[in-house]
Amino acid sequence: MPQRAHTDPHFDEELRKLHEKLLEMGGLIENQIATALDALVQRDDSLARLTIEQDHAVNRLDVEIDDMCLRLLARYQPAARDLRLITTALKITTDMERIGDMAVNMCERALELNQEPPLKPFIDIPRMVDIALGMLRESLNAFVREDVELALKVCRDDDQIDALTHQVFRELLSYMMEDPHSITRGIRLMFVAKYIERIADHATNIGEMVVFMVKGKSIRHLDRIPPSV
Amino acid sequence: MKVGNPGATLSFPVSDRVVRERVSEEGLTQALASRGELPDAILSVRNLSLSYDGQHWALQDISLDIPRHRVTAFIGPSGCGKSTLLRCFNRLNDLIDGVQIRGMINLDGMNIYDPRLAVTSLRKRVGMVFQRSNPFPKSIYDNVAYGPRLSGSRNRRELDEIVERGLRAAALWDEVKDRLDDNALSLSGGQQQRLCIARALAVEPEVLLMDEPCSALDPIATAKIEALIHELKGRYTIVVVTHNMQQAARVSDYTAFLYLGRLVEYGATDKIFTNPDQKETEDYITGRFG
Repeated sequence: MPQRAHTDPHFDEELRKLHEKLLEMGGLIENQIATALDALVQRDDSLARLTIEQDHAVNRLDVEIDDMCLRLLARYQPAARDLRLITTALKITTDMERIGDMAVNMCERALELNQEPPLKPFIDIPRMVDIALGMLRESLNAFVREDVELALKVCRDDDQIDALTHQVFRELLSYMMEDPHSITRGIRLMFVAKYIERIADHATNIGEMVVFMVKGKSIRHLDRIPPSV
Repeated sequence: MKVGNPGATLSFPVSDRVVRERVSEEGLTQALASRGELPDAILSVRNLSLSYDGQHWALQDISLDIPRHRVTAFIGPSGCGKSTLLRCFNRLNDLIDGVQIRGMINLDGMNIYDPRLAVTSLRKRVGMVFQRSNPFPKSIYDNVAYGPRLSGSRNRRELDEIVERGLRAAALWDEVKDRLDDNALSLSGGQQQRLCIARALAVEPEVLLMDEPCSALDPIATAKIEALIHELKGRYTIVVVTHNMQQAARVSDYTAFLYLGRLVEYGATDKIFTNPDQKETEDYITGRFG
C-alpha cells in the first residue's frame, strides 16, 4: 500500500536518505561477498586484499546509518510504521556490517589457502555463495519494497544453506581422514563454509526484521517459518 | 442511530476470539474483566452522540469503556470531539444552550444523565483540570479548602489535613508549605496547574478529567505534571485530552483516537503507538495527516 507523504516533507526526505544509505551499504557488501569468492576460487591475493580494504567503507556506513537513525528518533519522535522502519534500519545495519566482516574472514582464509596447492575443485562453496548472495539481495529488496512474501522466502531459503554446509563438512571430513596433510586446508575451507552459512543467517535476520517492520509482528526465534503472516 | 464503522465499537486490546464471542457490549466488558484482560470499567459510554446545534453531530455513536485506576488518553486533530467527549463525563456540556445528547454514560453502573441525578454530586466524583490553570484569586490554602468547605467541612484541623493531603497528592506541598496564605496567583504557571489538581483532588473524586493540562506549561512543569499523573493513577482514574502525542504515549495506558466525531480506534497505548490497526490512526500518529 503506498504511504501518504508526511505533513512535514523534511521527514520524508530524511527517510529517503536513510533508504539510500542502506542500499549503498547493501551494494558494498554484495560486492564484497562476490569478490571474496573470486579471490578464493581464482586464488587471487590482490583481490582478497582489496576486498578486505573495502570493509572500512562498510564500517563507516554502519556508523553513519546509526547516527542518522538516532537523529531521526530524537528529532521526529516517530511512531508506528515510521518507528518500526527506523528501529529495523538500526538492527539490519548491524547484520549488514557483520556480513561485511564475514567476507573479510573469507578473504583471510583465501590468503592462507593460496599459500598451498588446492585441496579440491570448488563445487559446493560457490553454490552456497550463490544462494547466500541471492538471499541477501532479496532481503534488501524486501526491505525496500516492504515485501513480506519475499522476506519469508529468504527465511525459508536458509534451509538450503544449512544442508549444503553439512554436505561440505562431510566431504571435507573424508579428505581429512584420508590424508592428515589436508587437515589445515580442510579446516580453513570448513571455516569458509561456516562464514557463508553465517552470511545467510544474517540475511535471514534481515528478512525477519522486514516482516516485523511491515506487519508489526515478530517471527523471530520460531521453530518454523510461518507460511504467511 | 447510525451504527456501522467497526472501529467505532468497543475495541479493547483483546484477542479476536474474545471479540467474536461477544454477545453484547456489556457482556464483552464483563467477559474481559473476568479474564483479567481488561481492568474493570468505571465509566461506560454507549452509543453517545452529541450535537451543539441539532444539525451537525460533534460526537457520533461513541462506545467505549474507561478502565478504573488507569490513564486513558484521547487524541485526535482539533475539532475531532475529544474535549467534547471528555466534558460529557462531568456534564459540562449541559451548560451550553441547544446541546443535544443521545446515548448513555454510566459511572459505576449509574446513568450520569439520569434527570434525577444532582449534577454537583456527579462533579464531586468526577473532577476536572483545564488547559489554562484557573486558581481562585484567594490564598493557596483557600483554593484547596474551597471544595471541602462547600460540602460542609468547617473544622480547621480537618481542613488543614485535607489541604496538606491535596497539596502532597499534587506534589506541590514542599514548594508551598511555608506560604499557604500567599495568593495563589503568585505561583508559577506549573505550580498553579498543580494547585488546580490539588483543588480537584481535595474533594476526593474517583475520576480526574484533564483537558490539555500541560499545553500552557514549559517542559519542566510538563514533566512534573506527567510524573504526577503516574503517581495518581494508582488511586484515581485519569482521562486526559492532549494534542501532544508523545505525551499521550508517555503517560497513558490506553489511547483513543477520535476523528471527525467518530471513535476510530481504541486500545492499549503500546499497541496504538507501535502498530495501530486502522490506517487513519497510523496516518495521524505518524504525522501524515492532511
